[in-house]
Amino acid sequence: MSSLVFLVPLALLLGAAALGAFLWSLRSGQYEDLDGAAERIFLEEEGDSAGGEVDPGKSPRKAKSS
Amino acid sequence: MSMAAIADAARPAPAGRASAREEIRLASRDLGQGLRQTDLSVPGVHCAGCIRTVENGLRKLDGVEHARVNLSTRRASVQWRGEEAPDLLSALDTLGFPGHLAETGGDRMDPELGRLIRALAVAGFAAMNIMLLSVSVWSGADEGTRQAFHWISAALAFACLAYSGRVFFLSAWSALRRGRTNMDVPISIGVTLAFALSLFDTATGGRHAYFDAATTLIFFLLIGRTLDHVMREKARVAVRGLARLAPRGATVIEADGRRLHLPVEEIAPGMRILLAAGDRVPVDAVVEEGVSDLDCAIATGESAPRRVAPGAAIQAGTLNLSGPLTIRASARADESFLAEMVRLMEAAEGGRARYRRLADRAAALYSPVVHATAFATFLGWMALGGGLHQSITVAIAVLIITCPCALGLAVPIAQVMAARRLFEAGIMVRDGSAIERMAEIDTVAFDKTGTLTLGRPRLVEDGKTAPGDLEIAAAIAARSGHPLSRAIAAAGKGTQPVLTDVSEHPGLGIEARLGGSLYRLGRAEWALEAGADAQDAGTVLSRDGRLLARFAFEDAPRPRAREAVEALRAAGLGVTVLSGDTPGAVAATAASLGIDDFAPALMPAGKVERLAALAASGHKVLMVGDGINDAPALAAAHVSMAPASAADIGRNAADFVFLRDGLDAVPAAFTLARRTGRIVRQNFALAVAYNAIALPIAIAGWVTPLVAALAMSLSSILVVANALRLRGAGNPARGRRYAPRLSPEPGL
Repeated sequence: MSSLVFLVPLALLLGAAALGAFLWSLRSGQYEDLDGAAERIFLEEEGDSAGGEVDPGKSPRKAKSS
Repeated sequence: MSMAAIADAARPAPAGRASAREEIRLASRDLGQGLRQTDLSVPGVHCAGCIRTVENGLRKLDGVEHARVNLSTRRASVQWRGEEAPDLLSALDTLGFPGHLAETGGDRMDPELGRLIRALAVAGFAAMNIMLLSVSVWSGADEGTRQAFHWISAALAFACLAYSGRVFFLSAWSALRRGRTNMDVPISIGVTLAFALSLFDTATGGRHAYFDAATTLIFFLLIGRTLDHVMREKARVAVRGLARLAPRGATVIEADGRRLHLPVEEIAPGMRILLAAGDRVPVDAVVEEGVSDLDCAIATGESAPRRVAPGAAIQAGTLNLSGPLTIRASARADESFLAEMVRLMEAAEGGRARYRRLADRAAALYSPVVHATAFATFLGWMALGGGLHQSITVAIAVLIITCPCALGLAVPIAQVMAARRLFEAGIMVRDGSAIERMAEIDTVAFDKTGTLTLGRPRLVEDGKTAPGDLEIAAAIAARSGHPLSRAIAAAGKGTQPVLTDVSEHPGLGIEARLGGSLYRLGRAEWALEAGADAQDAGTVLSRDGRLLARFAFEDAPRPRAREAVEALRAAGLGVTVLSGDTPGAVAATAASLGIDDFAPALMPAGKVERLAALAASGHKVLMVGDGINDAPALAAAHVSMAPASAADIGRNAADFVFLRDGLDAVPAAFTLARRTGRIVRQNFALAVAYNAIALPIAIAGWVTPLVAALAMSLSSILVVANALRLRGAGNPARGRRYAPRLSPEPGL
């Protein structure tokens, strides 16, 4: 019984934290482009800053890896 | 996958080149501080390489600050600054990803869907935790622990009811207020009473609490509802991704000769408008200067282009084909042909609004029976001396066990599966009730131009044209965007001669020089020397004024049109054609497809009258049409379908939109709707059978929370499993569906 006093609230707290994390990720738009997120890991640059510098025609990474 | 179908279907509308950048500006959204956002639909992107090419290419344009591709919706949103919009569309063309303007904000998530997902998350959290606590109560926790667990469950269940339960309470309340009942009424009553009774029992130290039943019920039902919404959202996004045909603005010539690009709504009668070849007529107008041909297919259903000269009245929505025109607006946008159609649509929309969903009709039968049974149980236990508390407990147990968990899932799950199958076949469904209505039809009414046919002329090759002449004609025709020229160009084979001095004469034809001779391709009276064959109209090829070849055209039927008509006939449906085209053209198409019931030369209101007459004689009609003139009929019919190439207004009025060219989408949708109807009826039967078994047990007072939880879950799983059968048999695309994913993407 005594162990339940902190174990049950702990379990609820963990569940609530997961719920909160889900609601936060939903709100911050992480589910708006699931297909795109899966493909974007193949892109070297991220964001606007590097956007103009990379020549889309060349991909030196590919030559090495395959 | 299915998105590839969208790429096929979304042939970009020929927007006016000169006004393309003005259109971009009009379609953009102001973000403040001079920043504007434009959403583009780019159906061709499919991998990381495409994302990089498109994003980098767009970012290099002057004025563009930010560009981001959304691969799920095949859209790019671009933020830019400056007086003039960057030329995004031609930039996309150069990059190899032709795109078109999308409705801004269209890819924003539907707020209702967000609400449902949050409600589902809260209900899931509450249901899981309460179920964990309940399991230990069921396995015999001592009294102190049980009490504590019941109180924690009560708190969780309260949060779940207050947050997630709203979805059902609000819908039930709005139905009750209008003196109706729907599936949400018995759900709300059952859940609320179960919670109230459990709270009372917890406060008085009772052994049983139904918190788990109340929350899992909400959780299961929300799953069905959310899936239903996700499916509809997917279809909506796909339809919105199609190119918009109606222009957003037009180039107005001011009195002092200045040119101004104005939104269509601001165009007043009397204004002079410059209409380039390839532009659509923005408002009803009269031609002032210039000669050209108009493609009226999407406006009136006429398949042959109409020649216009100064003085001719032209309708909004028609497409200027060959030469630039100066026109004078004769009506405002909201008084134009298009607006007239909207009014007809609103007047016609009666039958569909009166349709009551299957689930609501079932609920109307179901809830009085269930509530009467619960009340009778209460009276019975009171009469037998069960005591007030015991009688109420048993009566509420009856309500919980009969709470239409399975019934609430029976319809949406089947329709979600059906909508998914249709999506894979390139058919978008607006909502579930469309599938129900589709299963009831007994007659199919087709429009002709653009529906039974592709709305694109095709050269009739009669073998009389010498091959050499055809090559010359094809070479000349390749220089023009006129539909008849394109048809001739498409028929040309082999090597093409090199032409010089090519010039197009709007409304007449094209001339070119080849080896010292002057060739003309176009209207007979222009191409041939005066008096040669004056009475012969039609399209000819001439050399130095003498006839070389005569060309005849036909409107090519859609792929698999004949098979589709035969399949519908075989299913016992009547097939009829309602067209705005000339009797001769309609008769020829109808005969070639084996349809003997047709009505030509119908005005838009005439089509609605025909449908009303059919409805009055007890027929349920599916209308398939694409034109602006079909929109009222699409709204008036019991259920309606439009191809992706349809006018914007028709696409929005239709219940189904099919993205692929083939007309076999119509019988495919009908067959699947029938199968869905069968599955729904089976699900109802399963739910009723379950109730027939569970009800006596509940009335006898043997239902504990454990029994209720098991019985409810079991019936829901049964219903869902039955609906999943729709995925199975007879799906040829199934094995191939994930195949493209397995192969490595090119361009990485």
